[in-house]
Amino acid sequence: MNITAELVDYLAGLSRLEVQEGDRQAMTAELERILAYMDVLERLDTQGVEPMSHVFPVKNVLREDEVIPSQAREELLAGSPAPDGEAFLVPKTVE
Amino acid sequence: MTWETVIGLETHVELATKTKIFCGCTTQFGGAPNTHCCPVCTGMPGTLPVLNRRVLEFAVKAGLALNCSITRYGKFDRKNYFYPDLPKAYQISQLYLPIARDGAVPIHTDAGDKAIRIHELHMEEDAGKLVHDPWIDQTRADYNRCGVPLIEIVTEPDFRTADEVIAYLEQLKETLQYLGVSDCKMQEGSLRCDVNLSVRPLGSSELGTRTEMKNLSSFKAIARAIDYEARRQIERITEGKRVVQETRRWDENKDASYAMRSKEDAQDYRYFPEPDIPPIELSEAYLDGLRAGLPELAQAKRARYQADYGLPEYDCRMITSDKALAAFFEALVALGAPPKQGANWIMGEVLGALSARGLEPRDMKLTAPTLARLIALVSEGKLNRNTAVKVFEAVFDTDGDVDAYVKEHGLEQVNDDGLVREICAKVLAANPRSVADFRGGKDKAFGFLVGQVMRELKGKANPQAVNAILSQLLKG
Repeated sequence: MNITAELVDYLAGLSRLEVQEGDRQAMTAELERILAYMDVLERLDTQGVEPMSHVFPVKNVLREDEVIPSQAREELLAGSPAPDGEAFLVPKTVE
Repeated sequence: MTWETVIGLETHVELATKTKIFCGCTTQFGGAPNTHCCPVCTGMPGTLPVLNRRVLEFAVKAGLALNCSITRYGKFDRKNYFYPDLPKAYQISQLYLPIARDGAVPIHTDAGDKAIRIHELHMEEDAGKLVHDPWIDQTRADYNRCGVPLIEIVTEPDFRTADEVIAYLEQLKETLQYLGVSDCKMQEGSLRCDVNLSVRPLGSSELGTRTEMKNLSSFKAIARAIDYEARRQIERITEGKRVVQETRRWDENKDASYAMRSKEDAQDYRYFPEPDIPPIELSEAYLDGLRAGLPELAQAKRARYQADYGLPEYDCRMITSDKALAAFFEALVALGAPPKQGANWIMGEVLGALSARGLEPRDMKLTAPTLARLIALVSEGKLNRNTAVKVFEAVFDTDGDVDAYVKEHGLEQVNDDGLVREICAKVLAANPRSVADFRGGKDKAFGFLVGQVMRELKGKANPQAVNAILSQLLKG
């Protein structure tokens, strides 16, 4: 797959990352190399191999529907750079 | 040209569990901001989500009741997007192996019967709530709803009219309420609906470009939004413009929709299998157990009421439209009330009293034994129907004692023919003018005389007896 500067910008936009001009060149090359490795994997013969969705041999890990106390709000908000005592504050996102 | 509207629905339904889908925080509605949160539902590093057993059970039950095939080997997937309503920066959902697929919901409209195909039903977690604060020009994030369990039910594009959409939603709501998997309160957001709509020339088999409408918070809003959007698209095409595939937000106050930006703009969710949740394998025994535990649904009840009680279809629909109402009706019948009389009381007085008070049937204080007693008193001739309605109003709010009320207010029907005859004679003697009118051919005078007798007897007489005795005396 061909990684273009536009595609790097698009991915950065989806991830809300600001990419500097110098970094973009490096990223383009790195992404190219990562995807080239996928081409190596593509060469494997997977005929008759069942797709795997999880690496551990466990299934049906479930919990009961029982309420346990939530976290104290001060503690929850303590990790935020801009709480107002009740909520997290973020830049305007609602139209 | 005649146009056809093609609609598909995505409905999000909040499941009625006590706790969130992947942690033990409460799902209770309301609550001060950010007080129903923990490290799991706020996506702190190193935490491990664990699926709520009930969520799985409710989702499978819903799938079974909507005639879907249940996925025996399923899993969850990560839907990635960066938006402050989601502190993890991804939503745990199901893309590749949804819990249920290929169902059908029968609907009934004035245009006839039809089945709406269900494409899939999957489990996922809700996101938080963002409220913009204009004073500080910032957005406040409340994560109480983060991780509240949802099922999303996606239909095929099988709807052609707003009527069909409403009929489907009512059917869906009724089924999920009967199952007990959701309370489906639109005003609290536990049933939310996105409408995908396109138009095409009637007879065409190709689909037009569709738009998706969000923020539809009532059946009325859905119907209006559908009409508005179909008209908007037809207008554009007629003017030679293209319909743009976009997400539009319905503004109920302005009765119009407008294109949304931000989150819905150029989405690329980069789904991948959720590594934190192991796969789910359902045994035949598990499914059999849930199948056996499914309650009788509204449709089956309707058929049974028609067959066993001989009730008209209209009555059956009214009574089964609400689970609590149907249970009330069945309790009345079990207590010996004649089914048609029970139905009449429910459709008339009970629904009237509820609507006058703005109450839902499940909030009603009046119990079946109280109304059954009232119905029995009428059947036994101890109360006339009009007096019974007055007693009903008096006992409705507190589930009061019918017999005590009747006794206290001296309302028992006068079945003493001798007394009725005496009063009739007295009334005739006191109203020679009306008697003359009646004999002169004025039928109206008879009604006046009946009214006078009833007044003398404080409304407690059996109207049939009064009619019979008065006629007899007037003839004589």
